[in-house]
Amino acid sequence: MQQPIIEEPRTYFKAPLSTPQPGSAGVTGAWRVKKPVVDPDKCTGCQICWLYCPEDTIIILDTGKVTVEYEYCKGCGICAEVCPFNAIKMVDEGGA
Amino acid sequence: MPVKVLTGNHAVAEAVRLSRVKVIAAYPITPQTTIMEKLSEMADKGVLDARVLRVESEHSALAAAYAAASAGARAFTATSSHGLLYMHEVVWWAAGSRIPLVMAVVTRAIGPPWNIHVDHQDIMDQRDTGWIIGIAQENQEVLDMTIQAFRISEDPRVYLPVMIGLDGFILSHTSAPVDIPSQDEVDAWLPPRRQPYVITPESKIVMGNISDDDEHFMMRYSMHVAMNEAKRVIKEVDESYGKTFGRSYGGLLECYKCEDADYAILLAGSWAGDAKTAVEMLRSEGYKVGVIRIRFIRPWPREELLEIASRLKGIIVFDRAVSMGSTGILLGEVSSTLYSTKISIRGTIAGLTGVDVGPEAFYTQAKEFIEKVEQQGHVYEPLHWLLPPRYRRRGKPGKIERAEVVM
Repeated sequence: MQQPIIEEPRTYFKAPLSTPQPGSAGVTGAWRVKKPVVDPDKCTGCQICWLYCPEDTIIILDTGKVTVEYEYCKGCGICAEVCPFNAIKMVDEGGA
Repeated sequence: MPVKVLTGNHAVAEAVRLSRVKVIAAYPITPQTTIMEKLSEMADKGVLDARVLRVESEHSALAAAYAAASAGARAFTATSSHGLLYMHEVVWWAAGSRIPLVMAVVTRAIGPPWNIHVDHQDIMDQRDTGWIIGIAQENQEVLDMTIQAFRISEDPRVYLPVMIGLDGFILSHTSAPVDIPSQDEVDAWLPPRRQPYVITPESKIVMGNISDDDEHFMMRYSMHVAMNEAKRVIKEVDESYGKTFGRSYGGLLECYKCEDADYAILLAGSWAGDAKTAVEMLRSEGYKVGVIRIRFIRPWPREELLEIASRLKGIIVFDRAVSMGSTGILLGEVSSTLYSTKISIRGTIAGLTGVDVGPEAFYTQAKEFIEKVEQQGHVYEPLHWLLPPRYRRRGKPGKIERAEVVM
């Protein structure tokens, strides 16, 4: 197919475009009510939580085990739900 | 340039072929029209080098056309009435993403009850979406406006999608002679596709992600700026088309016999032809009347209308769409535009749901309005219903005394 010409708009122009990057939707970690806490002794490094995390906030360590990027983790709890070894617990955030 | 006898639908298809559209998406069942039937036939025969996508709904049809356009293809879809309403969400998305795209809308009444005849309720429902919205009067204009739509939409001063309205049945399924330009002529006139960005698997662009509210506000503002710019672009394109193809329509609106007119009938669509006939009848009796035919609902021809109205005593607006609980759509636009003038205005809602309005009705209504203005000096009657003939009473237009259930 013939490629279109990409031409700069010639008026004030603002389109809803973004490029994927960490935090492009803001600091979503502030949304959490509960936070996932990984027990490194129980974690086997199966990485199923990494596969399921909708926000890409499970970080794989050099050991193959995981930790959580709390700046953007929304606290949905899916990782704790899917962990086959009960290695992730949801803990109340601050306050209490 | 061969002249062929074409329905409005086939005029759209010829224009799409000549504009070398690459992707066409449609939901192939009612309320789809013979626009898609013809385009599929053209693609099948190889006269049109385009992918024709059959999808499962109108929502998906516009989503597919819009996605193809985002990926860099000149894309097109067509729909009508309920199909257009089903698209409504994507209508906003396509405009908001600033991707050039063209859609034909066969304007038809909205149910319930089911109705396949003309009015403008469906297209007026899209008025605030950020699409440029044109409404043609006859089949030749349908073809010309569709070719022009690609050039307007793809202009870097605009980058907004364009919707072309053609009246259901009156244009869509009625044949008339149409002058079809040659492919070479259209190729020379219509520039290659331009757009502000292209989304491909490699481009790593996200469209429509959640954004800062201030940024979102400014996106709305930028669409409005582009609409204002489109006023100039539409005029330029109309003039340039006229130079090349010999047909020019006046840009955002057409003014018929306005030069010496004291009064004007204002409307949009095919019934402007009947209004023009009524003007001849009125002029033969000495009434100096013209027709202001709105060609583009968006952007709204505010400046042109103000200029013309400064020479007039009164405008009678005929609306084929009503905002129930308020007034006709055009009447609202005309009233707000002419607020600061002393012109007399009457808004008449007529021809809804396919009810025929012929030259005699325009003649009678306009004459009555003119005589009232001449007697009273100033008239502002925003809401006047021209009911179907069997519901009209002599001397009491628009009065229904009891509730009725029609079975």
